Amino acid sequence: MGKRTIIPFGPQHPALPEPIHLDLEIEDEKVIRAVPSIGYVHRGLEKLVEKNDYQTMTYIMERVCGICSFGHSWGYCSAVEGLMDIEVPQRAEYLRTIFMELSRMHSHLLWLGLLADGMGFESLFMNCWRMRERILDIFERTTGGRVILSFTKVGGQHKDVPNDVLNDVVSILNGMKKELKCLTDVFIDDTSVRNRMIGVGILPHDETRKLGAVGPTARGSGVNNDQRSSDFGMYRDLGFEPIMDVQCDCYARCKVRVNEIYQSIGIIEKAVKGIPEGPVSVQFKGMPPVGECVVRIEQPRGEAFYYVRGNGTRYLDRARVRTPTNANIPALVKVLQGCDLNDVTMLVLTIDPCISCTER
Amino acid sequence: MTSYMTKEVAGLDRKDIMSKAEEMSDKGYRIIQMCATSKNGITDVLYSYGKDLDMEMYKVDVPEGVSLPSITSYFWSAFIFENEIHDLFDVKFTGSVLDYKGNFFKLSTKTPWKTVAKGGE
Repeated sequence: MGKRTIIPFGPQHPALPEPIHLDLEIEDEKVIRAVPSIGYVHRGLEKLVEKNDYQTMTYIMERVCGICSFGHSWGYCSAVEGLMDIEVPQRAEYLRTIFMELSRMHSHLLWLGLLADGMGFESLFMNCWRMRERILDIFERTTGGRVILSFTKVGGQHKDVPNDVLNDVVSILNGMKKELKCLTDVFIDDTSVRNRMIGVGILPHDETRKLGAVGPTARGSGVNNDQRSSDFGMYRDLGFEPIMDVQCDCYARCKVRVNEIYQSIGIIEKAVKGIPEGPVSVQFKGMPPVGECVVRIEQPRGEAFYYVRGNGTRYLDRARVRTPTNANIPALVKVLQGCDLNDVTMLVLTIDPCISCTER
Repeated sequence: MTSYMTKEVAGLDRKDIMSKAEEMSDKGYRIIQMCATSKNGITDVLYSYGKDLDMEMYKVDVPEGVSLPSITSYFWSAFIFENEIHDLFDVKFTGSVLDYKGNFFKLSTKTPWKTVAKGGE
């Protein structure tokens, strides 16, 4: 038995875009135990519900994260709409679905870049982020914002996106496919990339399910809790089928995300074809009543949970977000046990942690 | 078709927390989340269990100073929620398999946070 040493990993580490701390207890080159700590950038956004009315909270909720900002505003607004029995116009639901998939594309491209960076593949990293810029350009053109969109409000959308602009978006995305393929082929076929990920960080199906992992992390182990399979958004009308893998390793999680980028283009294309004419928001009166409502949506990193509790005034008693990374940290801790110290970076990255979300 | 939205929350007695956790674990459910809400000195804890796309929610009232049994023996991943609730809402959990003893969140502001008046008045 070798000598046991504790290596502090983070909160500042080249492989970590955001601060989480892991105490890695190692013996020789093997990680025996990993103990996580968070809270370095905790902002207490949920607490702000006590000082801000339910409408203003939309702007706070979309600042939970800069990557899945749109989804957070959708999840929160849906929960308030559910509480107040507000029916959102169908055009708004289509727009929400389109922007959710654009968010997924830009999140996955960002993640692929970070993965490449983690492997020291700098040119691949830069090219992934260059492709991501095109999605941010679409956001800017349609909503005016590149990161925080402020596009969604309780009752619908702040503004419409004309059909000709939506058709342009589809053309841009289809035009990206060839270049995207050149990039994603490297992640799928390149020998050095495959060697880094195949057979590394195995999360068995049953354990993944029991640990409550979500998103591509769960789907890479054959666990389907993709909320797009429920009646969330317009996905049921667009014939959504989740992308799954059963290899359970880092490579499987990467493949799921790569395939989801192309799937998102397909969903957007179908949604633009089927989007009905009509208003994008509905007028309503009154305050959130006494009661509570829970909504689960599928963010790029996985299932996110939103809980609101009303009391009949314009201030909610509670607004809670359980972000996907929050659910994936236990899976990360488990998968780190017994891994090689060299693989820690890969394992952390393939969970796609967003600590900013988790710290909300 | 499973709905992504629900308003159904069942009440649960404190003494039934563990039997419910055992039942859910046996049925193959996962813990989706736990969260606490404090109002006028009364705290309640919401347990959300899920299986595939289904979800069941249970709410437990927690009077001040009363501890809850930890469900980490059935759902190990609940440690993240229990430690968060402990650090931010001062609800204690007994028998946790991974108890950070108040050091899970590295915060500069002292916790637990007290409720402020609506509108910051």
